[in-house]
Amino acid sequence: MISAVQLSAEVLAVEVPYWGQSLLRVLGGIVAVLLPAGTIVYVFLFKMMSFMQSRLGPMEAGPYGSLQLVAEVGKWLQKEDILPTRADARVFKMAPIVVLVSTFLLVAVVPFGPDAWFTNFEAGVFYALAVSSLSVLGILMAGWASANKYSLLGGLRAAGQLIAYELPMVLAVIGVIIQAETMNLQQIVLAQNTGSIFGFDGLGNPYVLTQFVGFIIFMIAVQAELTQAPFDMPIAESELVSGYMTEYSGFRFLIFFIGEFATAGVFALIASVLFLGGWGIPFAWFGWTDIDVVANWMNLVGPVIMITKMMLVAFIIMWVRFSYPRFREDQLQRFAWKVLIPLSLANIAATSIFKVVM
Amino acid sequence: MKAALGDRVVDSFHKDDLWLRVRTDAWKSSMRTLRDTLGFHYFSFLSAIDWMPSPYGRGEDDPTEPPPVRDTTIRPGYAGGDTRMQVFARVGNPVSHVSVIVKVDVPDAQPTLDSIHDVYAGANWHERETHEMFGINFAGHPDLRNMYLPVDFEGHPLRKDYPLLARMIKPWPGIVDVEPLPGGSEGGDDE
Amino acid sequence: MSITDRVLGDRQRLAYIASQAADARLNVELETEGMTLNIGPQHPATHGTLRIIARLDGEQVVWAEPSCGYMHRGYEKLAEVRTYPQVTTLVNRIDWLGSFANEVPFILAAEKLMDVEAPARAQHIRTILFELSRIANVSLFLGDLGVQMGAITPVFFAFRDREYVLNLIEGATGGRFHPNFDRIGGLKDDLPKGWIAETKAVMKKLRTFCDQIEDLLFGNEIFQSRTRGIGVIPRDVALQYGLSGANLRASGVDWDLRRDHPLPMAWNKADWKVWTHPDGDSFARCWIRLQETREATKIVDQLIDTIPSGPIMAKVPKIIKVPEGEAWVSTENPLGEMGYYVVSRGELGPFRVKIRSASFNNISIAPWVLRGVYVPDIVTVLASLYFILGDIDR
Repeated sequence: MISAVQLSAEVLAVEVPYWGQSLLRVLGGIVAVLLPAGTIVYVFLFKMMSFMQSRLGPMEAGPYGSLQLVAEVGKWLQKEDILPTRADARVFKMAPIVVLVSTFLLVAVVPFGPDAWFTNFEAGVFYALAVSSLSVLGILMAGWASANKYSLLGGLRAAGQLIAYELPMVLAVIGVIIQAETMNLQQIVLAQNTGSIFGFDGLGNPYVLTQFVGFIIFMIAVQAELTQAPFDMPIAESELVSGYMTEYSGFRFLIFFIGEFATAGVFALIASVLFLGGWGIPFAWFGWTDIDVVANWMNLVGPVIMITKMMLVAFIIMWVRFSYPRFREDQLQRFAWKVLIPLSLANIAATSIFKVVM
Repeated sequence: MKAALGDRVVDSFHKDDLWLRVRTDAWKSSMRTLRDTLGFHYFSFLSAIDWMPSPYGRGEDDPTEPPPVRDTTIRPGYAGGDTRMQVFARVGNPVSHVSVIVKVDVPDAQPTLDSIHDVYAGANWHERETHEMFGINFAGHPDLRNMYLPVDFEGHPLRKDYPLLARMIKPWPGIVDVEPLPGGSEGGDDE
Repeated sequence: MSITDRVLGDRQRLAYIASQAADARLNVELETEGMTLNIGPQHPATHGTLRIIARLDGEQVVWAEPSCGYMHRGYEKLAEVRTYPQVTTLVNRIDWLGSFANEVPFILAAEKLMDVEAPARAQHIRTILFELSRIANVSLFLGDLGVQMGAITPVFFAFRDREYVLNLIEGATGGRFHPNFDRIGGLKDDLPKGWIAETKAVMKKLRTFCDQIEDLLFGNEIFQSRTRGIGVIPRDVALQYGLSGANLRASGVDWDLRRDHPLPMAWNKADWKVWTHPDGDSFARCWIRLQETREATKIVDQLIDTIPSGPIMAKVPKIIKVPEGEAWVSTENPLGEMGYYVVSRGELGPFRVKIRSASFNNISIAPWVLRGVYVPDIVTVLASLYFILGDIDR
């Protein structure tokens, strides 16, 4: 476990006092959450969705609509903050914050480079999965506190759905843990990049190849956790207007909106860490064998690689979102409990057998 | 059809389409016979006609001139009729694709008729609409409230003595510059 | 006039209070059994201002009732003060998506009363425009179906391809949505140059669109599981409620007014098929509309090659006075059976016009069919029944 002082000394080649490092980490955390959110919103939501629907998307604000995000943020900020009379004020105001806080907590364990991480938990995966369930609380709070029957319906649907899909997500990840023999996310990245497939180490050993069932289950569960189509019953726009988000306006809605895409980004980051090899390119290309030997410039290239892999995963998430109609609530639950969980249990069994045998 | 309905039919008319008029007290039983015996299962619609010519004409009177005297005699249409209001319904046979329009007189004093919603379920909504528009009561209807109009609406709009308010509030703009055409009618119409 | 300046009496006040109380009863928050949900009048799912009051038990509907009338414009009363040619403008706006199709039954009824038949060329072009408005109407339905289910992409394809058809209609009639092109005795104008070639090209595009939608939406397993077996309407219930059009044919009744009730139009000059489906569920209704769109493109293709030459308008007097009589004409409109019962007194305008609109009957079955379905299925069932508010409320 490298100490904070050593970390800053190695990465930045300059001594930064402890408060400075904490500040840098906070800023880094904010950037790590908002940058993926913004990129996903612009590239996928504005542009890719528009092109898939044979239209252009926002083109006015900035060249090719690149400043549309700034315009959107400004628009939401200057809207009136409406609090329904019968809404439970404290819970109503806290709900979006709970959702966003869980995202920030989640990004704290994601490694961006050999030394560019926020914390290096030994039980990183465990922590990540636990903390990602906090958003369920936020959604339920929003649904109940809004004093609106539509929001209530949306919140209840969300509670059922999110809890149901937690299980496949956890079980899918267990296969990775078994294969990597550790819950530390940094070690998982290392295991993938130093590993080899049947002796061929040109590709490293990204777990998406051996854990493809787990990857698919994880992606489906992530889609459901984000309440994206085909699992967007809680926000079913043609029935519930906006589900649990109906009564929110102005800055609070912006927090929900950012939270949705930030969570998508962070889950994509975690998926790329667990399955796609994280911030690394196969170490065999450079002849590194352990984390201490990895060159320092990897700390700068690592985040770039992470962003690229995140975009890849987010592309899949968004692509499915724009194409499929939505499941009905009971069909959704049936799918989770009767299909995904048995499948992921079978995946764990198979992984364990292979691990012991090979 | 005459054989099945027997003496309930008062009058009939045929010109490209078949019109029947039945006795007021035999309305429900005739519809039931049509449905069960003759196989007219398809219910198209039910509505009413108010045969009194409107005392307001077409709402094009000049308000500065005295209202013209208008003929308000009631002349019924096909298959005859004795009363001012008639309810008519159209039912069809899905197998033979034959349809018939059945008319029935509604007594002037107490405009009430039997409801046929238990014969044809679709008549429920049509009778509601006819009730609110014409003021015809349907005995036995479960829920005769307004379909289109607000709850506290007064009057029955489609009756001829209910004026079209838009023409009452503002004089019809076509009154100005009326010149008799060589053909002899007033007003400037398009093709 | 007396009505407008009469003072509110006690009875009216009581009636008003009663109505407020009734509304309040429906919107009570704390109910011990079931929750009453008010869907609409402003809602993304309903095609217009329709209000559905549903009493739920969890997510299941115990009782649902549509409450219409938010768009009631009083067409039947308005038609009585207009002359026959003026009624066409009114009537265009009943089913605002199937533009030209609204005018045709009325004009045919008036022609029936006048004993005038439009020349063959006019009948032919009328049929072509009628089928084009069917394509325009139903292609929007197909796209909208996706949005109701949650698939946001097909609707853009639908709008894009519908533009071609609207441009065609605009090219011929001058109006995209409200053409006002039909006249008693024929049509207003002849076709412009190049329209026939353009129509053939557009029909090809529409067929591609139908294939795309079938692939994207109908083949999707989620869509199938959302619509199969939902909202089953058996044959006799459908007949009793007066469902028409694709809804009736989806319950297995083989009845198409174009084939079974001959009118002075050109449908019998083309070779086309009537589609029926044995299940009466939502999938059947949607599927039949898809097939009907394809058939409509085939009809247009066949008719467009064989337009007879001749005059576009029969000899009718300049000022139209329709002789006394009653006439009923109904046609197979995109939404169902739309008919006009025109009573004439020999004057410039009709004495009474009863507009039988398809969506009124289609929606009247909602209380029956929505019992016991889940809340998402309300949207599915209503989407598959396909109504347009202007048609319900006239």
